[in-house]
Amino acid sequence: MTKKNLYVLLLVLLPTQAYSMHIMEGYLPLQWSVIWSLAFVPFFLLGLRSMKRLVALAPEKRMVLAMVVAFAFVLSSLKLPSVTGSSSHATGMGFGAALVGPASMSVVGTIVLVFQVFLLAHGGLTTLGANAFAMAFVGPIVTYLVYRGMKKTGVSLRVALFLGAFLGNLSTYLVTSIQLALAHPDEASGFMGAFGKFIGVFGITQIPVAIVEGLLTVVVVNILVSNDFIKENDLFSIKGLRLFKSKVSAHGTK
Amino acid sequence: MERNRRLKRQNYYLLLLVLIIPVVSLFLGGNSEFGGADGMVVELIDEADRYTPWFDNVWAPPGGETESLLFSLQAAIGAGVLFYFIGYIKGKRAAANDK
Repeated sequence: MTKKNLYVLLLVLLPTQAYSMHIMEGYLPLQWSVIWSLAFVPFFLLGLRSMKRLVALAPEKRMVLAMVVAFAFVLSSLKLPSVTGSSSHATGMGFGAALVGPASMSVVGTIVLVFQVFLLAHGGLTTLGANAFAMAFVGPIVTYLVYRGMKKTGVSLRVALFLGAFLGNLSTYLVTSIQLALAHPDEASGFMGAFGKFIGVFGITQIPVAIVEGLLTVVVVNILVSNDFIKENDLFSIKGLRLFKSKVSAHGTK
Repeated sequence: MERNRRLKRQNYYLLLLVLIIPVVSLFLGGNSEFGGADGMVVELIDEADRYTPWFDNVWAPPGGETESLLFSLQAAIGAGVLFYFIGYIKGKRAAANDK
């Protein structure tokens, strides 16, 4: 048997490893699982409220929400090879934050995570709170703040959007590393040692993936802008959606 | 119109970059199977902490084939909805321009 055949055979016979970038089921001790779940609940409730407001304000928003979930689905199913020789995936949270605001994203992110838990065995129920906190809360908020901050410096809106999505993605994995290090501190070097280890695995792998996420976010927003769906200046604001609504009714009366 | 042509060109460049990054990563990653980063983290925890997970997945795909089926399904549903929406707003804009 040639060496190559052996590798192929091994590949087939080895139990498949779950590839997702979230904390795996059972890998957070009970107390941390409870703490992160409790920490996330208020943001989830806020998200529900903001989502309801959105839909009440503009019923077409439901379609936009569906698109935001769809974008997150596509991106999180694409596990990209990275320079370190391991794979990771984007989250799609930055794009959603730009269209429906960071608050609603806590609900959208949770939907995606729950889907992955039940159908793909990625992430987990006991780690859902922690994963949602990192991906559905911290990621979108960081994207939003970076965008706002960059906009003030006067850089092009696309650069601001790219950096927002890029840093939002990275921040999610930064938080994941912190969560893991808190739960599993190194025996010798404690929290910092463990954090260094985890960020070493996630960090460099995540950089090219985060760049891809930033680029794809700009691409889709470009498509929306060129079809007059949203104005560049109205990203991350509720105004953008009102505009869509008034335009629709304006056409109706013509 | 000028704006749309510019955006279109920009998107071509961006998509090209999106293609280049993983391809270059594949070469830089060298002789690797490109397993998930979370799997590596699990190994780290297992050896450093002698930790045993206390809860198991409620359900896991029976094998690689089923898993890739579910993954493709996720991507297909996502892409379907996304491009339905883009087609919808494109058609809407075209209809508005015709008036």
